[in-house]
Amino acid sequence: MSSDSQSTYAVLCELLQPFNTAGVSLQPTTDISTDLNIDSVSVMDFVMEVEDRFDIDIPLNVLSETRTLNDLVSVVEARAGKGK
Amino acid sequence: MVDLLEKHRPIAERHARMLAAGANAVGLTIDKILSPTRALINGRETILAGTNNYMGITLDPDCIAAGQKAMAEFGTGTTGSRIANGSYAMHRELENTLAKFLGRKHCIVFTTGYQANLGMMAGLAGPKDTIYLDADSHASIYDGCTLSGAKLVRFRHNDASDLDKRLARGEDEGGRLVVLEGIYSMLGDRAPLSDFIEVKRKHGFQLLVDDAHSFGVLGPNGRGLGDEAGLDAEVDFVVGTFSKSVGAIGGFGAGDHPLFETIRYATRAYMFTASPSPASVATSLAAIRKLAAEPERRERLARNSKRLLDGFRGLGLETGCDQVSPVVAVKCADEPSTIAMWNALLEAGVYVNIALPPGTPGRMCLLRCSVSAAHSSDDIDRIIELFGKVVAQGAPRLAAAS
Repeated sequence: MSSDSQSTYAVLCELLQPFNTAGVSLQPTTDISTDLNIDSVSVMDFVMEVEDRFDIDIPLNVLSETRTLNDLVSVVEARAGKGK
Repeated sequence: MVDLLEKHRPIAERHARMLAAGANAVGLTIDKILSPTRALINGRETILAGTNNYMGITLDPDCIAAGQKAMAEFGTGTTGSRIANGSYAMHRELENTLAKFLGRKHCIVFTTGYQANLGMMAGLAGPKDTIYLDADSHASIYDGCTLSGAKLVRFRHNDASDLDKRLARGEDEGGRLVVLEGIYSMLGDRAPLSDFIEVKRKHGFQLLVDDAHSFGVLGPNGRGLGDEAGLDAEVDFVVGTFSKSVGAIGGFGAGDHPLFETIRYATRAYMFTASPSPASVATSLAAIRKLAAEPERRERLARNSKRLLDGFRGLGLETGCDQVSPVVAVKCADEPSTIAMWNALLEAGVYVNIALPPGTPGRMCLLRCSVSAAHSSDDIDRIIELFGKVVAQGAPRLAAAS
């Protein structure tokens, strides 16, 4: 992981903590929905926090193909990089 | 081999915990309907305070007679879709009557409200378009959006500035559809339409309002949110259902666009399902005429809604919204206590809806009431009294003691 990706990953972990009510230890390979046992609405609410922090939109269609934190790092970087 | 149903085990376990605490809160059986506000449940006469029967019109003698006549003359079902053999003169009459009621040029009737949203979303937006939908949208809107293949952007609930921000940063190549609801089904709050219209003037998009809970209910003409806000002309498309204020089953989409009628031939939820049955169409038609002719039903509903909201506030309960609304939800602490309180209310003789995550916004647990114009003041006071005993004073203790 590049240092940029690592800092993105760290921010995602921070934003995910309030939704991680079971206190699962987060890894880049953690599946956001199934490993954390959180429902689909909570996943969308978490992503809304991510959108606000990075000032990007992550359409729900993209989200349906995003499983792990690593996947989400890639999505955030691709979408945040677009405007630069 | 992977067992397909194994993934549902956590749901089965959660449901078993619910059953262990009492009745089946998500599959209750009603034995007999006694009136629009009374039913026999588990052998007990129960006040119905969670049936979305806003106008109390389900047992209206004229509506029943119209349904019986249609069934006797046209049969039990149409056995066909609208684009084949399932369009009778009465289907068109219902569409024309509804269009007139709504002050719209065009109206398309669907077989259920759920299908109306599937059909309208997928009929309006396609893979190159973008739909901006409120975070608290009903499941049928989410499903319709998914079916459309459009890019889906979710904005914060009732937050026009959040929509503004998202529209500003969107690089949308196709059309843009924004979807709001007149009254949100869980908390009973309305979309702040004038705020959204300002954003519409700034960015330009087509606007759809789902008036499922507000059709027949809001506005001087009962048309819905746009009617109440005096902004009907700014709303491009409306969707609604016959299963609430109209007391039947079915749904509709309406609008003024010159190509609106084409949606019939472009959306699968309309084309590939049987049309609504003659009894349901005739009942809906009779009920809509009543809603137009009897505005006092809306006034009674508003009075009852205010009485219930004021009563709950007097008890110190936290409600879903501050506005007078036929949906009055009470926020509860957690799932086990909400289930216990729901059971205690049922035992005491009042049926309300239980609403639990993920079906609720912000993972809330709710005891959701829907008010009817047919409730008497005494009914409303009795509901308040029982919430006072059960909810305000802590039902878990009551349930544990029983």
